[in-house]
Amino acid sequence: MRAKLIYALGVIAAILLARNLYSIFMQLPDEASQGMIYRIIFFHVPAAITAMLCSAVAFVASILFLFTKNFRYDAVAVAVTEVGLAFLAANLVTGSIWGRIIWGIWWTWDARLTSALVCWLLYAGYLMLRHAIEEPTARARIAAVFNIFAFADVPIVFFSIKWWRTQHPQPVFWGGGSIDPAMYWTAALNLLALILLGVILSLIRLRQEEVQREVDSLRRYAHAV
Amino acid sequence: MDFFRQMWVITRKDLRAELRTKEAINASLAFSLVILVLFSFAFDPTEKETVAMSGGLLWIVFAFAGTLVLNRSFAREVPNDCLDALVAAPISGGALFMGKAAANFALVIAVEFVSLPVFGIFYNVHWTTHFWSLMLVLALGTWGLTVIGTIFSALTVNIRLRELMAPLLVYPMLIPCLMSAMQLSMDLIAGKPLGGENEIWLRLLIAFDVIFTALSLVLVETVLVG
Amino acid sequence: MHAVAAEGVWKFYGDYPALRDVMLHAEPGACLALIGRNGAGKTTLLRIIGGFSKAGRGQVRIFGNDPRETATRRRMGWIGHGISVYDELSALENLTLFGRLYDLPDPRHAAMDWLERTGLDRVKDGLVREFSRGMRQRLAVARAFLHEPAVLLLDEPFTALDDRAIAVLQRLLREALADGRTVVMSTHQLREALELATHVTLLNRGKTAFQGERTTQMVDDPGWVYAHYGED
Repeated sequence: MRAKLIYALGVIAAILLARNLYSIFMQLPDEASQGMIYRIIFFHVPAAITAMLCSAVAFVASILFLFTKNFRYDAVAVAVTEVGLAFLAANLVTGSIWGRIIWGIWWTWDARLTSALVCWLLYAGYLMLRHAIEEPTARARIAAVFNIFAFADVPIVFFSIKWWRTQHPQPVFWGGGSIDPAMYWTAALNLLALILLGVILSLIRLRQEEVQREVDSLRRYAHAV
Repeated sequence: MDFFRQMWVITRKDLRAELRTKEAINASLAFSLVILVLFSFAFDPTEKETVAMSGGLLWIVFAFAGTLVLNRSFAREVPNDCLDALVAAPISGGALFMGKAAANFALVIAVEFVSLPVFGIFYNVHWTTHFWSLMLVLALGTWGLTVIGTIFSALTVNIRLRELMAPLLVYPMLIPCLMSAMQLSMDLIAGKPLGGENEIWLRLLIAFDVIFTALSLVLVETVLVG
Repeated sequence: MHAVAAEGVWKFYGDYPALRDVMLHAEPGACLALIGRNGAGKTTLLRIIGGFSKAGRGQVRIFGNDPRETATRRRMGWIGHGISVYDELSALENLTLFGRLYDLPDPRHAAMDWLERTGLDRVKDGLVREFSRGMRQRLAVARAFLHEPAVLLLDEPFTALDDRAIAVLQRLLREALADGRTVVMSTHQLREALELATHVTLLNRGKTAFQGERTTQMVDDPGWVYAHYGED
């Protein structure tokens, strides 16, 4: 049943992505000041939003695990965090590429990039923590608590770094800057495509995590016998 | 009032144990001196540059040296299974946590009180212009450092590679706190008073302290017992 | 009301059930020996009863209350695998500390009293890290008994005790039982435990295989319980 769901979503995502890529490369004109490279924003921003959604889902899953002790929620938390980490990395890389073309530098300590980097480090810490704990119940509990702390820190990180730096180009989609409605529509569709991709990857990872848990318990059975 | 009484029992115990062996505090002091020396080789700053980077340097010293003390916090309960006795005792998780946090705070502040004059001497920086404001920032920033360090010490108490894990997890989480403390310290040492432009950092620091103290108090029992 | 009651306790490590629908009862004044092979789940169960971890399913009650409640913990004493006293503090400082944590009216006096009763009064100011093994163990016993708990939980208490420490512990346990207090101890050393025990519970692979009164037959032939209710 789940496999069918994953395939179905995959097909939809593939169609969307194909449509978007066509739109991004074939239909939309070059941007006035940035030229070709501005098209990367159709991936850069949705990747960030998807990562943020992932962190929110992980937070809720962590809280639900602590209340219900149901390992399904722990599996969701780790699956979604890993996927979110991947999207955040994509966000950082696309941002870096864009910066290289436009500003001539691979990296700059502006508010958004720095915040994204710090959040990436936070959640990478979550994965490292999980790897350091062998026993599944303790691992799930400790990781859930850490996730709650990390999520609480995310907005604080964003605000603090924002006040510290403001070099990021004015947000194209929020607050200031006018854009062509066609671009807005494509960006929204790409966001949908990336979210679908995120869901698919999370489901796959979730399945893997649950199988892993089953294997682990079977191993314990075997040792007990 | 039971809470504070029990908290005080734990604080006294931690301080007594630490002052008897002085392991963590000596390492911490030594480390802070080493960093202060190394930085002067690394950067060799002019006087104006020094004042500009003083806030940053000080809090790097405090954070790194402080971690040595903070990691020991729950780690010291592991030998002999002392943590079991504390969990079994009729003391709330919150009181246990705050007791340890208070002891840690005292130890880290002690290291800072030594580092600050040494910094002033090594780098020829006059830092007493706004002394009491600086003390306030020291207190608030150190409390943020302490709270996160202590709760993460509890989180990692039973983990493989605990000594390595705790700092790796703690530093990203502390960035807003350290950043605020750095900005405020830099301004205060340069002679600017609190308020106006840097008030925002003060508010952030206080918010950080409040949020994470509350979160720690709520979650500490889950961490220790689950 | 049972002094100690575990009903339908399950404990999971991931998906693996270390404890399966475990039941255990101890009446006030009883001495329950919890026996079982290595890996049967004795320590896991005892730690859940002691409030160190939570059961996945089911519940544990100490005199009808949750073992995590502060008031209940005041009436519980624990001896685990470690001695649970601080190496850097003296024997007297350790006991006074725990006396304060347990809200005793005169912690110092109680500490001195128990140092005498465990034969450690001469070394009261010595640091624990300088103690011999036997002395450390006796101090652990003093710590557990200090606040006169109504329920004593002991995890393999006789393991690695020297003769003097065993004698001290047995004497103190007999006194406690005569006082109407309850003892639950997990053990491998069947002989010492079964001599004191009034009841026996056998755990086998995470399940309660047997629970009942201790008979003289069990004392004469410690392997009897295993033979009759043990392996499947």
